[in-house]
Amino acid sequence: MYKGGKIIVSLIIFIGIFTIPFFYNMGKANAGPDINLNSPVIQQLADKQCVEPTEFMRANHMQILSQWREEVVRNGQSVYVNSQGKSFEISLQNTCLKCHTTEAEKAAKTGGTSNSAVNASPQFCASCHVYTAVNPNCWDCHFEPKGAMK
Amino acid sequence: MSINRRQFLRRAGIVTALGLGGSFVITGFRGKKVDAASEYVSSKKGLVAKHWAMVVDMSKFKTEADFKRVIEACDKIHNIPDIGNPKDEIKWIWKEDFEHAFAGGENEYLTEHVKESPFLVMCNHCENPACVKACPTGATFKREDGIVAMDFHRCIGCRFCMGACPFGARSFNYRDPRPFINEVNPDFPTRTIGVVEKCNFCVERLADGLIPACVEKSNGGLIFGDLGDLNSEVRKIISTQFTIRRKTEFGTQPSVYYLVGGGKNV
Repeated sequence: MYKGGKIIVSLIIFIGIFTIPFFYNMGKANAGPDINLNSPVIQQLADKQCVEPTEFMRANHMQILSQWREEVVRNGQSVYVNSQGKSFEISLQNTCLKCHTTEAEKAAKTGGTSNSAVNASPQFCASCHVYTAVNPNCWDCHFEPKGAMK
Repeated sequence: MSINRRQFLRRAGIVTALGLGGSFVITGFRGKKVDAASEYVSSKKGLVAKHWAMVVDMSKFKTEADFKRVIEACDKIHNIPDIGNPKDEIKWIWKEDFEHAFAGGENEYLTEHVKESPFLVMCNHCENPACVKACPTGATFKREDGIVAMDFHRCIGCRFCMGACPFGARSFNYRDPRPFINEVNPDFPTRTIGVVEKCNFCVERLADGLIPACVEKSNGGLIFGDLGDLNSEVRKIISTQFTIRRKTEFGTQPSVYYLVGGGKNV
């Protein structure tokens, strides 16, 4: 091979540099997002379940939210009856965030802007969404619950 | 070794069938369980009607305070910003003079009382809403009960609806409204920059069994009810007294009727 040695050495160096991140992180366990379910309202619940079982919510909360939005805004159906026959008012602010909000957030003031880059999501949402770099724009318009308001 | 046409077609067919079948097996195996055994129902306490309509009894709006009370009730519960300049202004319900509210329909020798009184105007929740036809995303739509509602999630801010509406009932958020809201009502969302908004006949309150906020604060000046119900107050007023509607020549069939000084005020 013409200049074979140089090519092979360069290739090895290139692959070495290219794979540094993989070697650097090898053996380190991925911590994963830290989800805090320890809110005062959740602690008081007898049956600690969201509107549907946890597994289902983890996989499908975005579809549920989208369906809720569709049903309440466009079809005027404001009550969700879940797979166990329990009813919930369809409301992001008044149902979801009633549980998924922390004491710290209740004390915090929500700002005077509707820019999602500035207006942080509630901590519960943010814990996964920051981890996966998903940036939904719910909080441009929706508020955190009453306690969070100034 | 070459293959003939027949063999080629047969093999191609087998590979295609395998491919299609395989992908079906995989997607079927993954299983989409988005549909839990759940359902959506309407709230039991909600108010329902065939056709919501409003009568504005102008004889009940005499002083500045009468208008202000009603307008403020709406502004407060719907988080309407007070931006303070007419270009960026957001209006759901406001005061308008006769000439502009009823443009084209005036009668030169109309009583001074009618010609000079201010009128309370809002979205007319038309039966043939021009805004709904103009909206390219379906963000503005007409509900079964006659309310022309907005789905802010879908609004792309094109403002076609604003051009289509003959009543100027729609406002555009040229600026971020949140810093301009004096006192926020956390039960109702704000809007964001770049969406159009208007009066929604308080659909969120109707779902909770409450009448619209402006009606509640109007001391009888605004009458709200079901036009489809023969015994409702609005139906009785409209069928027995003389009422006018705004700009009927456009054929949009407004659902807001004005009772102008019938009898005692003339």
